[in-house]
Amino acid sequence: MKSPPAPPGAPESTFDDKATGLPALKTWPAVYLFVFAAFVVSVLLLVALDKLFS
Amino acid sequence: MSALDYLVLFGTMLGIAAYGIWRTRGQQGLSAYLKGSGTTGWVTIGLSVMATQASAITFISTPGQGYEDGLGFVQNYFGMPLALILVAAVFLPIFRRWNVYTAYEFLGRRFDTKTRLLGAGLFLLQRGLGAGITIYAPAIILSTVFGWPLELTIILSGLLVIIYTVTGGNEAVSVTQKYQILVIFGGMVAALAVLLTRLSGHLAFTDALRLAGTFHKLNAVDFSPDLRRRYTFWSGLFGGLCLSLSYFGTDQSQVQRYISGASLREGRLGLMFNAVCKIPMQFLILLLGVLMFVFYQFETPPVFFNQSSWKAAAEHDAGQFRAVEQKFADAGAQKEQAIRAWLDARRLRDPAAETAASAQALAAQRQSEAVRAEARAALREADVHAQTNDGDYVFITFILAELPHGVIGLLVAAFFAAALSSKAAELSALGSTTSVDFYRHLLKRDAGDAHYVKASRWFTAMWGVVALGFALFAHLQENLIQAVNIVGSVFYGVVLGLFLVAFFVKWVRGTAVFFAAVLAQELVFCLYFTLNISYLWYNLIGCAACVLFSLLIQALDFKKKGAKEPV
Repeated sequence: MKSPPAPPGAPESTFDDKATGLPALKTWPAVYLFVFAAFVVSVLLLVALDKLFS
Repeated sequence: MSALDYLVLFGTMLGIAAYGIWRTRGQQGLSAYLKGSGTTGWVTIGLSVMATQASAITFISTPGQGYEDGLGFVQNYFGMPLALILVAAVFLPIFRRWNVYTAYEFLGRRFDTKTRLLGAGLFLLQRGLGAGITIYAPAIILSTVFGWPLELTIILSGLLVIIYTVTGGNEAVSVTQKYQILVIFGGMVAALAVLLTRLSGHLAFTDALRLAGTFHKLNAVDFSPDLRRRYTFWSGLFGGLCLSLSYFGTDQSQVQRYISGASLREGRLGLMFNAVCKIPMQFLILLLGVLMFVFYQFETPPVFFNQSSWKAAAEHDAGQFRAVEQKFADAGAQKEQAIRAWLDARRLRDPAAETAASAQALAAQRQSEAVRAEARAALREADVHAQTNDGDYVFITFILAELPHGVIGLLVAAFFAAALSSKAAELSALGSTTSVDFYRHLLKRDAGDAHYVKASRWFTAMWGVVALGFALFAHLQENLIQAVNIVGSVFYGVVLGLFLVAFFVKWVRGTAVFFAAVLAQELVFCLYFTLNISYLWYNLIGCAACVLFSLLIQALDFKKKGAKEPV
């Protein structure tokens, strides 16, 4: 799926949008994967907390 | 509150507001006013996005939710990380590439004027209502507890936020939010530290968690497929995904925060910061409530946490109310005795005694809950208009009774900081949407920047006054944080549907999506008043209906005209 094209005259980005500037996560898909993994770990920890202390 | 508390409260609030005004002095130009200076880094964006979402009710009501229902409310946020990934990957680059002031400006360029106005109108309607709630919520609670005049509290806090938002625009909102959220974090950490210290006098932290687990307060994740349950893993994941996608991707109060970044990278990192931090943050706030529940097993809590309301009703029949209080104290004493027996059994590693004591504690808890229900019934009998949900008063009761002076002022400052930060973002977004999408687009197209900045200031002030008016006349029955989410859920799904069609279905045109959105919104209204399902599902229903109706109407239109559908 492609996003809609930019309108005529819209300014082009002058920044390097592909670089994340992060030491370990150098591409955006890697950042998104990290965030998703953090979410999964959060849910697992919440389930574990309930199982451990109930 | 002591003089020290008032000093901390007013010093913090006025200091941050004055700094925001000073930092943005001499600001000129529409872009600078609506988007900021274009130099905002990801930390400021991340904190600003967080401060916009986390209003005062997040910090006042959520611990009460934890106290009453445990950790289950955290599931409400399960869709958020996924939504933020989508916003960062798809929505944000498009908004930046099209260089828009508002999200609805994009709808106008992609479809047509009527669709733009529909999106902007739905935003103004639901956010205008929400803006009233965000200012009313902390005011009603704090004025009830401290005996401040409600109207004066609403007007003073409302005027403060109007002044710095109107003066400094979007930049002032971001700058002040950064410091306001730091005050909030400081206050919440201080409250948690005091609570843990007080708890350690009664039991170890692991025992506190075990006790909370015994009372089913740690059931954070519920995989039940029952649609009627308000918070489940599934409603949080799918309904929450749509709610968050709509809120972060299409609500101007959030869009305005991250499109102001110095680059796409800064905006994306600010969003990812929230995607990682939000669930742990909500968990900690709910855990604070759960630990307060444990704390109140050793200290007698009031039978009804809204003591002002309780005392006022007690004047009608003091004997009956005193009897209820006595029954509650007796049930509490029984419970404490069972809990202490349970702790002894754990220390002696006697599983049989532990099981017996926990069963006794649970029975005493059911007795306490029955007395609390009796108390609510007595309250309703004395005054049919009495607010019988006291969850919003749990945390503030704890703060006043247990925290030292100075820290009380810091916590109250944190509540006001949260109220002002989300309020400022809402006002700024309401002002810019009215100015850009209605005034500039429909009424006055060719004026200069200075004129539009002036108009934006007037519209921001106007929305501030509208929100103040709504807050002055509001009466809410639901727990406050849920009220905000319910209002949002009724509208958000349809708006999200509009944007998803705009981004992903290129062959659908303006007229089809416009009528689809109107039909979908009517469907959501009908279902809301007839079905008994968790409100989170309305986000999914509204979004799916809008997308589906768009495809159908456009397909029918092509068929009628005999045109070939583009692929």
